[in-house]
Amino acid sequence: MSADPPKAKLITPPMIVTVLLLASTPLWLKQAGLYQYLALEIMIWMLFALGHNLLLGYAGLPSFGHGAYFGIGAYALGLLQLRGGAGLLLALLGATLVTAAFGALVAAFISHRRGIYYALLTIAFGQLFWFVAGKWHSLTGGEDGLLNIKRSVLSLPGIDIDLRSNEALFYFALVVFSLVLIGLWRLVHSPFGRVLRAVKQNEMRAGFVGHNVWLYKWLAFVISAGIAGLAGGLFALAQQSAYPNVMSLQNSGFVVMMVLIGGGLVSFWGPVIGALFFILARDLLGAYTETWLLWYGMLFIVMVLFQPDGVAGAWQHWRGKLAAARRGAPATVVNGNVTKVA
Amino acid sequence: MALFETHQLQKRFGDQVVLQGVNLSVEEGELVGIMGPNGAGKTTCFNVLTGRYRPDGGSVRFAGEDITGLSPRQIARKGLSRSFQMMNLFNDDTALYNVMLALPEVRAQGFSMWRDLGRDESAHAQAEQVLARVGLAGKANVPAARLSYGERRALEIGVALAAKPRLLFLDEPTAGLGSEGTARLATLIAELKRQLTIVIIEHDMPFLFGLADRICVIHWGQVIAQGTPAELKTNPWVARSNLGLLS
Repeated sequence: MSADPPKAKLITPPMIVTVLLLASTPLWLKQAGLYQYLALEIMIWMLFALGHNLLLGYAGLPSFGHGAYFGIGAYALGLLQLRGGAGLLLALLGATLVTAAFGALVAAFISHRRGIYYALLTIAFGQLFWFVAGKWHSLTGGEDGLLNIKRSVLSLPGIDIDLRSNEALFYFALVVFSLVLIGLWRLVHSPFGRVLRAVKQNEMRAGFVGHNVWLYKWLAFVISAGIAGLAGGLFALAQQSAYPNVMSLQNSGFVVMMVLIGGGLVSFWGPVIGALFFILARDLLGAYTETWLLWYGMLFIVMVLFQPDGVAGAWQHWRGKLAAARRGAPATVVNGNVTKVA
Repeated sequence: MALFETHQLQKRFGDQVVLQGVNLSVEEGELVGIMGPNGAGKTTCFNVLTGRYRPDGGSVRFAGEDITGLSPRQIARKGLSRSFQMMNLFNDDTALYNVMLALPEVRAQGFSMWRDLGRDESAHAQAEQVLARVGLAGKANVPAARLSYGERRALEIGVALAAKPRLLFLDEPTAGLGSEGTARLATLIAELKRQLTIVIIEHDMPFLFGLADRICVIHWGQVIAQGTPAELKTNPWVARSNLGLLS
């Protein structure tokens, strides 16, 4: 048997389906009784969750304080626009870089850890940023946050695009989302991504074959924080404000729940599924009851108990079984690789 | 000058002295065996030599360079590779990726974030060669967790070999293998011996005496005897101990 490692295409069918589905929302969302802003917010959370899953799913590093970086991105965008007078692209790029820099600083303190100690440290740093955001009135506006953030005009060579409507901002965010999606897909199949997965599975052996484990963990956090900052920047544009609540422990918990319910531990697409699921549940269940989070929490418990690999995991198992039935042999699924047992 | 040398190596855990004044030396091209009863300090010795534990005293030299207290990563990059007694693999990854990730070429490109490792024909071909060498040619696409015990043992050595070491440390490679597996392993190591310098910790005395150029006996954290297998067979301590079984 010749070994044939899976090759990663630049653009894959699930990518096309996801982007097309998102792109078509302005055509049918209203008919379905929903609204365009919802699709924008879902996409922003998808972005945030994808970045978070680089840490949780690929590096095996649980960050329970990731809301902080989402928030830092939102504040950075606001400050760059309101005080720095930066244009849209510059402010977004700035928000990403500023957040990545904060991530780099925090990662320097935590990258020698893993497991529960890592998780606790991320919570501690997350709370620290959240507290500062709420108290530093002169910079962040305190509890009120930064108001009057504008959805400005996107100035490209030869064309100015007004992003004030939800549809326009949605399409802009879709472009950003697609680029990050492609970038992350490549990243997880690159030598960097593969070593990161090795670090997750066996940090000690990764060190013994000569990989600089600390640097991989540090970089994963920096990239993940940068993506959170980008998502946060988009969120500030969507909400036209930045406020401390997005940095709360609760918000940090939401992104973990999205990643886990979607199946980020076994699939690249887990966070995308999870974010969709979560925000839809929030809006649809939330329309009926204020206690939607109670029901969602119970669902989360059931998921963790009976389907710990999430929605994507359930899908993979089903597909693995189907493929094996066709070949007439029992199959097993290990982390998304369907293996036929002869 | 010896390729690898330790001088008065000391290691303590709390007030328990595990290694006291261990002097080892390995010449280029040699196969050195380390034997001794359970708890003698053999694996600790390996762990100190390969950077997992920092020694409390003494020095380690490799290829003329002082490597005392370096991290496993730094030591690995100098061309010293090891396998583990308790298997230490990337369980979710396929056998092929286990080996690929240990290749120096892949290590050097580890911070490339855009190139698809799945299309790296050169790494792929090298990894397949290593797998074929350790007898896992048909198992490339099987996740490490799904391999049989013997296959995992072979992969353990494959990962160590993939790093293209100058000096290979094997920690009890026959542990848990049946006689057939042990015989196959002996063939492999005899073949590797022609290209590599090897140090093996082993309990299986016939296996070790058949392969080694020289053997060190470690007991109570000290080297209590060393010599060629022929010399050691007549060593009163080895003969007296139950280590022998060299009928």
